[in-house]
Amino acid sequence: MGRFIVRRLLHGLVLLFMVATVVFVLGRLTGNPVDLMLPEDATAEDRTRLIKSLGLDGPMHTQFLVFIGNALQGDLGTSIRMRQPAVDLFFSRLPNTLVIIPWAILLAMVVGIPLGVVAALNRGNMLDRGAGTIAVLGIATPNFWLGIVLIFVFSVELGWLPSGRMGGPEHYVLPVITLGTFLTAGFMRLTRSSMLDVLESEFVKLARIKGLSETVVIWKHCLRNAMIPLLTLWGVFVGNLITGAIVTETVFAWPGVGRLTYEAVIYRDFPLLQAVIILKSILILSINLLVDILYAYVDPRIRLS
Amino acid sequence: MNQDTVLQVRDLATYFELRRGVVKAVDGVSFDLRRGEVLGLVGESGCGKSLTALSIMRLLPKGGARTVRGEVRLGGENILELPASRMRDIRGRRISMILQDPQTSLNPVFTIGEQLREAIFRRAPAKTAEIMKEAVAALRRVEIAAPESRISQYPHQMSGGMKQRVVGAIAMSGEPQVLIADEPTTALDVTIQLQYLKLLKRLQTETGMAILFITHDFGVVARMCDRVAVMYAGRIVECGPVAEVFERPAHPYTRALIASVPKMTGERGRLATIEGQPPSLLDLPPGCRFAPRCNLAEPQCIATYPETADIGPAHTVSCWRSDTR
Ligand SMILES: Nc1ncnc2c1ncn2[C@@H]1O[C@H](COP(=O)(O)OP(=O)(O)OP(=O)(O)O)[C@@H](O)[C@H]1O
Ligand SMILES: [Mg+2]
Repeated sequence: MGRFIVRRLLHGLVLLFMVATVVFVLGRLTGNPVDLMLPEDATAEDRTRLIKSLGLDGPMHTQFLVFIGNALQGDLGTSIRMRQPAVDLFFSRLPNTLVIIPWAILLAMVVGIPLGVVAALNRGNMLDRGAGTIAVLGIATPNFWLGIVLIFVFSVELGWLPSGRMGGPEHYVLPVITLGTFLTAGFMRLTRSSMLDVLESEFVKLARIKGLSETVVIWKHCLRNAMIPLLTLWGVFVGNLITGAIVTETVFAWPGVGRLTYEAVIYRDFPLLQAVIILKSILILSINLLVDILYAYVDPRIRLS
Repeated sequence: MNQDTVLQVRDLATYFELRRGVVKAVDGVSFDLRRGEVLGLVGESGCGKSLTALSIMRLLPKGGARTVRGEVRLGGENILELPASRMRDIRGRRISMILQDPQTSLNPVFTIGEQLREAIFRRAPAKTAEIMKEAVAALRRVEIAAPESRISQYPHQMSGGMKQRVVGAIAMSGEPQVLIADEPTTALDVTIQLQYLKLLKRLQTETGMAILFITHDFGVVARMCDRVAVMYAGRIVECGPVAEVFERPAHPYTRALIASVPKMTGERGRLATIEGQPPSLLDLPPGCRFAPRCNLAEPQCIATYPETADIGPAHTVSCWRSDTR
């Protein structure tokens, strides 16, 4: 298990290095990044100073070494718009995102997974079809549209819930639903289909031959196996959570890293965007490592090979 | 019902009700299983052996399978009529089953110990530590080396033969009166097959349980069974003591099956195979189901199904021409 984690960590570091390289190269491809970084009224003097401070006067490979060297020391540049280190900005916003993502995942787990199991057990009847239709809608509905509709119905028309900004528990409801809907629907569909496969397997038959109760057969023997495909497809879900967070936080004026990303793009804050991409990559890689560990825990064939 | 009969099956019929028609996979199967005996159930692939077993266990596959008539009496009561919860109590404790493929019979995500524990717990609810001792003993009984270390392993860490032993240990841990073994050695290597059959035979003599032994191999029947029932296209066509059936097979199908067993002794004769295909279970002939492939068939065979007749001590056959050799 220890070796497994170390291998994954090294793997993650290689990926991170690749992301950093791509970000670096993209930054140079679009012309001298300094032009993007400087405000419109900057003087030629400002320009040379910035070029020097970023090490942009040297050849490409030394520039890259400087970039990596700074990054290793935790310096990913300074936001042009807010004139603060990009890393600090990211970490000041991160907690706000981290408070909604787990709720969205939790929503998907407590609603999506049991619903998938129930749908599989009722295969083909009204309940299964109803749940299936809702799930397809949930997958197909774009986040921003869902967010706006929810605001319109529950904030504007009914006035039950706040339409945005951080605050008490009631502020979380709509953003969490907006962010969690795709995940919930995805979990439901996947759980249903893998459950259907598992239900037909011989070991389920043997569990029944032993005389185990249906509850144990379904929720212990079947579900644990049905979770394996869910964990293998985790990458898809993480990707959706990260992009979903950008949209959700923008719609609900939620001051997290998603909104920070949006702002970086809109205001052409290139150093900030660069930092956000790299830091988010680290975040995704850590989540993936966690999921891999969970995966290995659920499936002994991975853990022990 | 005879004092010695532990399992009595009467006119058992299980159909698949599909859109394109009714597949009569098991169509009026009757037999008795006596205390302490091994009854072989032989027949070609697809003749309904597994489905007979699953109908008895009431574990039919999803997708239209339904037991439409018949009785399965276990110790006098018809278990087909029991509520699901009573049936669950019976499974594992009074009647149990070994499945064909050891590669898929064990749950890949739980340890061998855990899977045994669940089965042992039903017979003797106790603390996990105590049950684990029993689990080790159960593994030792099925001749698994170093059982203490096997307990914490997962199925993928074991060979096929070993897995099938574990499945056997699980199936027998409730000390059932009746064990159904559905081709337990088909998926194993030949050398391992023999070991497994010996093991099963030994455990059977030790515990006195009755075994319904399903196979398509008459050679295995000769080795394992006291009596044999020959199944063809959803029905039992001949049944009797193994020696009697081997010496005086009455049904042409039985004769063909016996002839197709490769002889271990003597020069290698040509392996006899049976001409033609079994009938479609969707569209069965009204008469004898073997008639289209039978070289003794007469108009009567094609017109009406032959009643089961006694032709010797405990030897029955369904054939119009059983007197013709
Ligand atoms: N899901 C299904 N739908 C329709 N027919 C089925 C289905 N499953 C099985 N059958 C039919 O039931 C018949 C009996 O199947 P069964 O598994 O009992 O055969 P078997 O004698 O055990 O064969 P084998 O030696 O290959 O295990 C088969 O001929 C098959 O056509
Ligand atoms: Mg079979």
